[in-house]
Amino acid sequence: MLMCHVKGCSTDNFPLRIEDAEMEQVEVEFNEDFCRRLINKIDWPAFVQTAFALGLDQLPAALPDDLDEEFLQRIHKLALETKLKAGRMVCNGCKHVYLITDGIPNMLLQETEV
Amino acid sequence: MKTPSLSHLRPSDYMNVYEPSEDTFLLLDALEAEADAGLLKDATVCLEVGSGSGCVSAFVGMLLKTCVLLATDINPHATSASLQTGIKNNVHIDPVLSHFASAFGSRLAGNVDLLIFNPPYVVTPSDEVGSNGIEAAWAGGVDGMEVTSKFLPLVNDLLSANGLFYLVTVRENKPLEIMREMRDTYGLFAKVVLTRRAGIEGLAIVRFSRTEI
Repeated sequence: MLMCHVKGCSTDNFPLRIEDAEMEQVEVEFNEDFCRRLINKIDWPAFVQTAFALGLDQLPAALPDDLDEEFLQRIHKLALETKLKAGRMVCNGCKHVYLITDGIPNMLLQETEV
Repeated sequence: MKTPSLSHLRPSDYMNVYEPSEDTFLLLDALEAEADAGLLKDATVCLEVGSGSGCVSAFVGMLLKTCVLLATDINPHATSASLQTGIKNNVHIDPVLSHFASAFGSRLAGNVDLLIFNPPYVVTPSDEVGSNGIEAAWAGGVDGMEVTSKFLPLVNDLLSANGLFYLVTVRENKPLEIMREMRDTYGLFAKVVLTRRAGIEGLAIVRFSRTEI
């Protein structure tokens, strides 16, 4: 979901590449309708790429037409129950590094970068 | 609906993070009334800009049960407090240290169902605007609008088709002018949903939407 916004960086800036990820599983109540609505808002290729890079899941490259509950459960687990506790997010375009500390990504830039 | 518990925050925390006050509580009352009227039931993604203690985002989480709660702030004490307030109230808030919504670039465009901003609206000298500390929670510069007027041009892009934007204002911000401007420039409908006088502040919560509600 987070995107590089360094001034002038406009190519290959999403998704950010996650390194040294420290992850945490939390429990969130499953809600099928909510999950269906959420999928429509997800950038699917970026989601697939990130889930794979983090070694979490290997999702189909194209979103299936028929979304059964089992599939929605997988999305639920990845999108809602998996939290990044710490790590680095690197922009593939300009190599800017954003840190995640104590579960909070720091996306602030220095004035010269804005 | 109960106000979120903030018992984990100490007086020392409020040296660095805005303590929920009348403006916050008016916003909570407005959101609860809107939820009761069924206006928020399909909200999937909520973005609160300037989340401070996280009181408002936590309240939204309690109201809506299922909703992605993104909360940005430029103050690291605030993002940390927002995270803790979520945990304390059994709500999952995803705080991000970011200016407005810039961390998301165009990724959130057209995807925000519920956008909330309780801006620094107090009229102050211009040079008090723009810090990352607690002054950023209230210092609004000329007409109390120096920060808000930078955010308003982003609203139209962020809102989903049924998206709603709630803005806290005081009389000095000239809310009627804001409403006219948003209508003339972006075609957004605006309505004052709740007002209250608190000490010297004439508070109003304004709702913006793509269709007339």
